[in-house]
Amino acid sequence: MTRGYRSQLAALLKRDLKVALRRRSDVINPLLFLFMVISLFPVAIGPGPDILARIAPGVIWVAALLASLLGLERLFRDDYQDGTLEQLVLLPCPLPLAVLAKILVHWLLTGLPLVVIAPLLALLLNLPLSALPVLLITLLLGTPVLSAVGAVGAALTVSLQRGGAVLSLLVLPLFIPLLIFATAAVESAVFGAPVLGQLLLLASFSILTLTLTPFAVAAAVKVSVN
Amino acid sequence: MHAEGLTSIRSERTLFSAVSFTLGHGELLHVEGPNGAGKSTLLRMLAGLFSDYQGDIEWFGGQTETSEEVRRQTLFLGHKAGIKAELSALENLAWQQQLDGVQADSWELLEQIGLLGLEDIPAQQLSAGQQRRIALTRLWYSPAQVWLLDEPFTALDRQGIQLLEQRLQEHLSTGGGIIMTSHQALSVPAATILLGAGGTNHD
Repeated sequence: MTRGYRSQLAALLKRDLKVALRRRSDVINPLLFLFMVISLFPVAIGPGPDILARIAPGVIWVAALLASLLGLERLFRDDYQDGTLEQLVLLPCPLPLAVLAKILVHWLLTGLPLVVIAPLLALLLNLPLSALPVLLITLLLGTPVLSAVGAVGAALTVSLQRGGAVLSLLVLPLFIPLLIFATAAVESAVFGAPVLGQLLLLASFSILTLTLTPFAVAAAVKVSVN
Repeated sequence: MHAEGLTSIRSERTLFSAVSFTLGHGELLHVEGPNGAGKSTLLRMLAGLFSDYQGDIEWFGGQTETSEEVRRQTLFLGHKAGIKAELSALENLAWQQQLDGVQADSWELLEQIGLLGLEDIPAQQLSAGQQRRIALTRLWYSPAQVWLLDEPFTALDRQGIQLLEQRLQEHLSTGGGIIMTSHQALSVPAATILLGAGGTNHD
């Protein structure tokens, strides 16, 4: 049985990655947006290195958060419209597992590239090199939360005609704790203060959302295909 | 499959009430009725996609929930084709087979369904009928016992309809069951459920 699930989930992952790579602009646009926002800050604020380093953690995280909202609406929209979402519900494998696969794809296409280009962003904002590892860890722990919590909102709003605004209103407040602790951790690292506490909190956020949200997403998907 | 006293109320409007029927081996139930009579809703209930109803549905052997086994044994094809527009026919068949847990010869399937030569073109560039054919290919390899087909003939040409009817016939002769909606007269012998605004009859 579990073997059967695994091949089904692998098939889902492969299919969604393939579809996403056929529409490359959807993957690249959020990153481009992120890059533009971050490169505008030094221009607008002025190149004083102290100020930039001071605001860098917040700017990077806010930009990452907004970039992740860009493609979120599409997470289930296409599947809903072409009917593959209802077929997902009808799969023999448990729906929470199937949506976890969708969340994973979303993270691979939005969260992971963000982590990869983060060093470049940190350089643009003159973030001290010593704080870079902490920034990367917060992004690694935090971006799955963005994908998972975002998926709940996306599943709830997928059947709405113009769900984009509702979706942002729905999930943004849920991102606030993440934003607070992630930026606090990077800021502490900038000043050389201990960061373990914040990182552990972020890790528990991450574990909590990844284990619980698939059930919420599954319930929301069921309501949406009704 | 057995259903007893199914009633659906959507948006405070009674779609149909007290529909009862039984589907046995090798039987085809044809759900008929005017637009908006609740044909699709009925099929979605039976597939387990729509749970807001009154009445009882019993799937094979008295199961009252769409368990894993039930989902494995039923195949639902809805209005929406359920294929990925960015992927080619061949790729669509490949992932669909993996999800269905079946290993079949895609090329043979393509030939049977009449899509040979179009296998590499993204589905969005194919016609509605050709896309429908890709979706229907599942019927050629599916091990599911019960097929729930919502307007399967939509967009098919005359030859496609003939092909599909042939396939339905084959499925019935091997003991499978089919419940389908269609505005078209069927050449396959079928029992009929009539959903209507006035009342519901079953012969």
